[in-house]
Amino acid sequence: MIPELGHFALIIALLLAITQAILPLLGAQRGNLTLMAVARPAAQGQFLFLVLAFGCLAWSFLVNDFTVENVARNSFSQLPEVYRFTATWGSHEGSMLLWVLMLAFWSTAVSVFSRHLPDDMVARVIGVMGLISIGFIAFLLTTSNPFDRLIPGAPDGRDMNPLLQDWGMIIHPPMLYMGYVGFAVAFAFAIAALISGRLDAAWARWSRPWTTVAWAFLTAGIVLGAWWAYRELGWGGWWFWDPTENASFMPWLAGTALIHSLAVTEKRGAFKAWTVLLALTAFSLSLLGTFLVRSGVLSSVHAFATDPARGAFILGFLAVVIGGSLTLFAWRAPRMLTGGAFTWVSREAMLLANNVILLAAMGSVLLGTLYPLLMDALGMGKISVGPPYFNAVFVPLMAPALFLMGIGPLARWKEAGLPDLMGRLKWALAVAVATGFALPMTLDGFNPWASLGFFLSVWIILTIAIGFRERLKHGGRLSALPRAFWGMQLAHFGLAWGIAGITLVANYQEERDVRMNVGDHTTLAGYTFTFQGTTEQPGPNYRAARGTVEVSKDGRKLFTLHPEKRIYNASGMPMTEAAIDPDFFRDVYVALGEPLDDSLNTWAVRVFHKPFINWLWLGAVLMVIGGFLAASDRRYRIAVKATVPAGAAAQGA
Amino acid sequence: MKRWLPLVIFLVLVGFFAKGLFLNPREVPSPFIGKPAPAFTLPVVGDAGGRTFSPAEMKGKVWLLNVWAPWCVSCRQEHPVLMELAQSQPVPIVGLNWKDKDREAAQLLAQQGSPYVAVPDDLSGKVGIDYGVTGTPETYLIDRDGIVRLKHVGPISPEVWKDKIEPKLKELGA
Repeated sequence: MIPELGHFALIIALLLAITQAILPLLGAQRGNLTLMAVARPAAQGQFLFLVLAFGCLAWSFLVNDFTVENVARNSFSQLPEVYRFTATWGSHEGSMLLWVLMLAFWSTAVSVFSRHLPDDMVARVIGVMGLISIGFIAFLLTTSNPFDRLIPGAPDGRDMNPLLQDWGMIIHPPMLYMGYVGFAVAFAFAIAALISGRLDAAWARWSRPWTTVAWAFLTAGIVLGAWWAYRELGWGGWWFWDPTENASFMPWLAGTALIHSLAVTEKRGAFKAWTVLLALTAFSLSLLGTFLVRSGVLSSVHAFATDPARGAFILGFLAVVIGGSLTLFAWRAPRMLTGGAFTWVSREAMLLANNVILLAAMGSVLLGTLYPLLMDALGMGKISVGPPYFNAVFVPLMAPALFLMGIGPLARWKEAGLPDLMGRLKWALAVAVATGFALPMTLDGFNPWASLGFFLSVWIILTIAIGFRERLKHGGRLSALPRAFWGMQLAHFGLAWGIAGITLVANYQEERDVRMNVGDHTTLAGYTFTFQGTTEQPGPNYRAARGTVEVSKDGRKLFTLHPEKRIYNASGMPMTEAAIDPDFFRDVYVALGEPLDDSLNTWAVRVFHKPFINWLWLGAVLMVIGGFLAASDRRYRIAVKATVPAGAAAQGA
Repeated sequence: MKRWLPLVIFLVLVGFFAKGLFLNPREVPSPFIGKPAPAFTLPVVGDAGGRTFSPAEMKGKVWLLNVWAPWCVSCRQEHPVLMELAQSQPVPIVGLNWKDKDREAAQLLAQQGSPYVAVPDDLSGKVGIDYGVTGTPETYLIDRDGIVRLKHVGPISPEVWKDKIEPKLKELGA
């Protein structure tokens, strides 16, 4: 009964999405206020029914209703309750339902926080989001119904993929989807502006907070994924350039470019066509990511079960949405007048250069991700593109962008004198170069990659300090600085901090694979690891061999780690559960490999010393906070007062 | 004209995607299915005595040829599954050590355990080319007469074993 209720709720949500798309768009075109007024209630209604549908699915998972196929495939009676709930979005069908739920959430947010926008703008934005919603709900209902029954029901479920049974995985997909889908708002604003022909500073200002919030969510989602891979895969790595990872990273690169381009469009009226194109690109890449992960055209370590019918549907939808929006762009492009002029040394130019580099980096990731598919389709054989390609192309591409990141915020709009900039930055440059060169020498000898990383990190942090000093030079107070400024500097600082962490861990980590018998010990980075054997430990839905490894330094016992090797009951899948002792300056990481004898006394043990890895996660946290802080800037809220009279005047005229 | 460029690029991509939907990246058609497994003789990893391995030695047995490499991350993921299979079922697994330029296989297997009955050392990668290896791990099922019966690209998981390899083994009466 409950699953059918969910199914009906989904159908009603589809009908509301159709209403939300057609009537307001028609109304905006005809200037009919009654039709336009449908937008808000339709979006809110759709959201309510999707919450109901999602709730019904979650309920089916929580009560172990194995007559629902989706539940039988992705859950298990022994699965702990919290994972039964998160299994709701652990499957393909469930995660797509979460996708549309998020989309409806954003539409509802737009309907609530858009009181100051002109009615036709709101109608068009919500209408475009309704169009996207139609596609995805239809996709769910026709090819991936999460409520399909299994008659007769299964006696028990097949269990959730053990890799996903981790609390990092509980919040990773919702964050990632909030980001992906959040770019739909920027997309909808861009389409609305293209239709109405009003591509102005006001449009850029309305888009900015939405884009920044979506970007912050996406950042959080990607980093949570990396953090999960680090702890759960047991190899100590955190980024593998896997197609699924790339699928989330490409919209992030485009979104980062969009945030910066929007700043120029709002402040200077320049780059309009470019900004619109980026807004279309960021969301298109989110859709593309969905297609790549769901359709199975690329093989990936953690792709979901794939199905060509689903792939064909998403591809068709992709062609309509992206193809349609790019056609609209090409058609309207001549109307976009370029804004204020600027010289080659100015903040505009720096941001433009940064944008071009970010897009080139995105293109290189796209090429590497799609290259196997392109070769295959051309009949040129099956190949795979691995991390060496991405590291070789991506790092040199991003280095100049990070260098410009130091200058951009300090350069003046329109025209910045090169001698003036040099004068303000020469000390920062000298200190950064010296640190970059000297630091690796004191650690481990000459190392160009480490030097590059340290140089960029120190450079950015020093330029941030200069930025604050110059702002406060004329007696200003820290608390008086706008939140947008704080947000930007915090996000930039977070990135610099993260780069420092990445540089340190990538160049100075140590690892060792050792064969250990009970009582054996091994030494790594000054720590002595003593293996004290394993004990059999039953878990709720698995059996584990729980190892005990005592770690000491200079003869003093520090702590005990318990890495586990689990065998999951339903799937028989073995899983490694690494044990980590985290610290501000390093992680000590131990993973159990395989038992090497039948009595389970001898094991392959993997030990890692990961210096400063936590700086990467902490830096990312600052980036996310920076994003939210910038989006909450007062400017976006006082804009209410500034635009209402303008809107009223327009209606009166 | 410039303004149509994004659309043109996108349409070209859509063409590739449409074609890609009908290709399966994991299902590499092997011209060797139903044909004799290419012969080779290679030294065995970790044997200073000059022992070699050749598929002819396996005549009369149904066996698996697993192509792996110490540098391959997916192989590490597959390793525990193979360890489990080596203990729980009788079909012998031979591990072709592919392009191990850093000479890490012997040490790795000593530390992590070896699921293999023999580990022929294909340093140049030439045998891999004879078998049409596109990436590691890859596994070939070879019957009593030395005929290749099945090829699986990517790591073997318990599900792959149950749904794909085990039925074929039953068919062959192994």
